[in-house]
Amino acid sequence: MSIINKTATEQLALLQSREITSVALTQAYLDRINQVDPAVGAFLRVESDTALTQAAEVDRKREAGESLGKLAGLPIAIKDILCTQNTPTTCGSKMLENFVPPYNATVVEKLFSADAVILGRTNMDEFAMGSSTENSAYHPTQNPWDTSRIPGGSSGGAAACIAADMAPLSIGTDTGGSIRQPAALCGCVGLKPTYGRVSRYGLIAFASSLDQIGPLARTVEDTALLMEVLAGHDSLDSTSVDTPVPPYSETVHQPLQNLRLGVVEQHFGKGIDPEIEGAVKQAIATYQSLGATIKNLEMPHADYGIATYYIIAPCEASSNLARYDGAHYGYRADQAEVAAELAEDGSDEGPLVRMYRKTRSEGFGSEVQRRIMLGTYALSEGYYDAFYLKALKVRRLIRQDYDNAFEQVDLIIGPVTANPAFVKGEKTSDPMTMYLEDLYTVTANLAGVAGISLPCGLTKNGLPIGLQLQAAAFQEEKLLRAAQMFQHATDFHLRRPELL
Amino acid sequence: MNETPYEIVIGLEVHVQLKTNTKLFCRCSTKFGNPPNTQTCPVCLGLPGALPVMNKKAYFLGMKTALALNCSIPKFTKWDRKNYFYPDLPKGYQTSQFDLPMSEEGYLDIKSTNDEFEPRRVRIIRAHLEEDAGKSIHDEAAGKGDSRIDLNRTGTPLLEIVSYPDMRNAAEAKTYMQELRLLLTYLDVSDCNMQEGSLRCDANVNLHIPADNGVIATPIVEIKNMNSFRSVERGIAYEAKRQYNVWQETGKVLGELPKQTRGWDDSAQVTRAQREKEESADYRYFPCPDLVPVIVTDQQIEEVGRDIGELPAALRERLETEFGLTTYTSDVIVNQGRGLVDYFLELAEASGDNKLAGNWVQGEVLRILNEQEISIDTFKLSAAQLAEMLKLIQSGDLDSSKAKDVLAVMLDSGKSAAEIVKELGIEKVDEGDLEDLCKMLVERNPRVVDDVRGGNEKAVGALIGQAKKENPNVNPGQVRQICLNIINDI
Ligand SMILES: [Zn+2]
Repeated sequence: MSIINKTATEQLALLQSREITSVALTQAYLDRINQVDPAVGAFLRVESDTALTQAAEVDRKREAGESLGKLAGLPIAIKDILCTQNTPTTCGSKMLENFVPPYNATVVEKLFSADAVILGRTNMDEFAMGSSTENSAYHPTQNPWDTSRIPGGSSGGAAACIAADMAPLSIGTDTGGSIRQPAALCGCVGLKPTYGRVSRYGLIAFASSLDQIGPLARTVEDTALLMEVLAGHDSLDSTSVDTPVPPYSETVHQPLQNLRLGVVEQHFGKGIDPEIEGAVKQAIATYQSLGATIKNLEMPHADYGIATYYIIAPCEASSNLARYDGAHYGYRADQAEVAAELAEDGSDEGPLVRMYRKTRSEGFGSEVQRRIMLGTYALSEGYYDAFYLKALKVRRLIRQDYDNAFEQVDLIIGPVTANPAFVKGEKTSDPMTMYLEDLYTVTANLAGVAGISLPCGLTKNGLPIGLQLQAAAFQEEKLLRAAQMFQHATDFHLRRPELL
Repeated sequence: MNETPYEIVIGLEVHVQLKTNTKLFCRCSTKFGNPPNTQTCPVCLGLPGALPVMNKKAYFLGMKTALALNCSIPKFTKWDRKNYFYPDLPKGYQTSQFDLPMSEEGYLDIKSTNDEFEPRRVRIIRAHLEEDAGKSIHDEAAGKGDSRIDLNRTGTPLLEIVSYPDMRNAAEAKTYMQELRLLLTYLDVSDCNMQEGSLRCDANVNLHIPADNGVIATPIVEIKNMNSFRSVERGIAYEAKRQYNVWQETGKVLGELPKQTRGWDDSAQVTRAQREKEESADYRYFPCPDLVPVIVTDQQIEEVGRDIGELPAALRERLETEFGLTTYTSDVIVNQGRGLVDYFLELAEASGDNKLAGNWVQGEVLRILNEQEISIDTFKLSAAQLAEMLKLIQSGDLDSSKAKDVLAVMLDSGKSAAEIVKELGIEKVDEGDLEDLCKMLVERNPRVVDDVRGGNEKAVGALIGQAKKENPNVNPGQVRQICLNIINDI
């Protein structure tokens, strides 16, 4: 058994006992990436040199008996959306093709302090807008379980690199399901923390009130290990919340007594794949066998989740993405072409406005443009009340649904997606069907609560099925402990795709 | 006063750069005048992923100003994004306050120092906080790509104070600006330097023209680029005349034209239509999701209020009633700023003569400050030193006609008033000596005696002249009185 088939927790123990070095471990992953990523396309950039340098430095520190961080020597992949000083950060967009941030995201700083080894940057839908990673400006990512299929998105690269053993740990972001959905479709674990639990400083914003950074890994145990490093208050993020961070990696093995699980009926309504329904119901039965009680929940506003999300997220995005105007950094339309165009069409538009227009038309992909237009429209005079304000009201009602639910149960259990990974190109022509990929996940973002996706089976065709658990705000510890109970009792998380 | 065939209606939007060390949402310095783009960071550059954190000092300075403008302070306010594209706005939006400003409904009283208008209460609609934009330096006429942007100013805290359209002529607008500046100076919340742009004024102006069927209102014009009090006055006066002419030519009234923005050209002394910014009128305001709402407690409001101190209007009142100064004198002293008021108060206390202190501060001290182009903070003479001189005047040991000369020497030499009086040989003449001198002069001038006794008191003037020749330090008034007494006793 190769070292890369072990979990991060096991690898950490081997590093600590000096049975392996970080350089050897890192090299093993780099070799694996070389071997399988041409088929998967999980990475946008592999940073072999800096990874090996970092690994050597951790080995040296360990040798010298210096104090080490919690992830000392463990390789990690980062979604290409977190600013890293002097390292290109593209957000999957042509707009930021040559952008090199002069500063580190707080989470990146935390990973450096934890002595993690950064393997490279993973692929994503442009500006995290998408559910298939087909919207990357660079290349699509393939699902390691079936390379004709999508890995989910927007953190498709982050999930695929875990599923294909190209990294033991990875970082994703979740605005409407962008960690949980690809984790489900790729058969790994992905946690969307409570809004405010992890600092967003340095996370390139899509929808600021919904975005959260979270961990992906093969096991719940590994997820807890990484989450412990990511969580915590940050004075640079006004929306980050100052509440203590429990030692997730220590408590994750403690089962929860008298666990009360809630089931939302709409989750099993029309449109859900029977195989997924069966697997999730089987998972519920597993919990019952572990002593959990099940309660049916009314979440009357859950059906409005997608509609609400597709107002609020584009509104915020239209403003967040206004800064990509070609004037300061990033892509800028060719000046001569701007002048030529103006001369040709005889427009009285000034060169500045034409530069903006051309830059944004060329630099952004079509899905990003669609959402900017949606948001701009919904915030416009005369439409604001009917769209944005109404959406905020519904968002409050959805939050209320969650508040009521968590008065009755500890966790909500259900599916992550209605269907397993679909074939590439299947939904690109119809944005609405793509938007429905987030059906079961967006409400957690709207309410700001925590959610986790973990493997709970495979379809007949061998595609992973995800189980979603959701917890009240700042109850990640409960979420992880409950998820670990399931992994302790089952072996779905141990199954690997047959790749190469 | 207003002899024009119309009434001017003026509302002012004033932007005040608050005196904080750092910007509103990041830790960059707000210092003016450093090389371009040296005071920037990921936050104020609007780099991807950077997030704002509110500067509490700025919030409290804004609140202090609002309280001094008699505004009410809501307990709950929030930040909104004002979305528009412009190169000096790196985020593509300005963080401001839209529907829930930090303060609202206040007022500022103004009065004319030379009876140009009746005292007026200018009501304040709101004062809210927002971030300043950067500076674009470009040559649009050339149509070349050589525009440059300096983002040092980006994110500097601004308080926007919006008045009701309560002013009715250019002089009122100018006085409002002066009174507001004075208030801000007393509060020590801003540098208030109009040239450097730390105090900026936009005026919304239109005319109300009496007509047979009521009043005709002309379209509202916003005037920008008025960088001095004088340009505020002249810009508005010019614009009023222009609007009247345009109305006579076109007959267009309010509602028939969109609001126009015109810039004041100080060298040509005209307003010119500005090329519209690359923006639509729809700013698509919405709450900034990166910032949390601001909740203000009663205790905080109270604490900030306690820090306000005595304001110009109250001080003027006190100098008149408590110190017996004339309206003119108290205005002059108070309008110079808190420093001069403190100097006066100290001088009045030390000299024990409020009026004398008032006259000297308002007169000679201020004259010297203006002449030397310095403020009272750097004036060489302390109030205690000057008080010593005033005491010599009060006791008659120093003739007031010579006091200015003594003051000049005090400033040059740093010596005390008494020393200088002695050195200059201008001490008061001994009473006995003066009596003897007068007796001698009366005896020497029988004709003058006759004239005076004949009813021509003025004739005694000849004796004063002779007395000054004998001893230049004699007090003319005293000589006159003593001589008259002697003649009458004969
Ligand atoms: Zn800054």
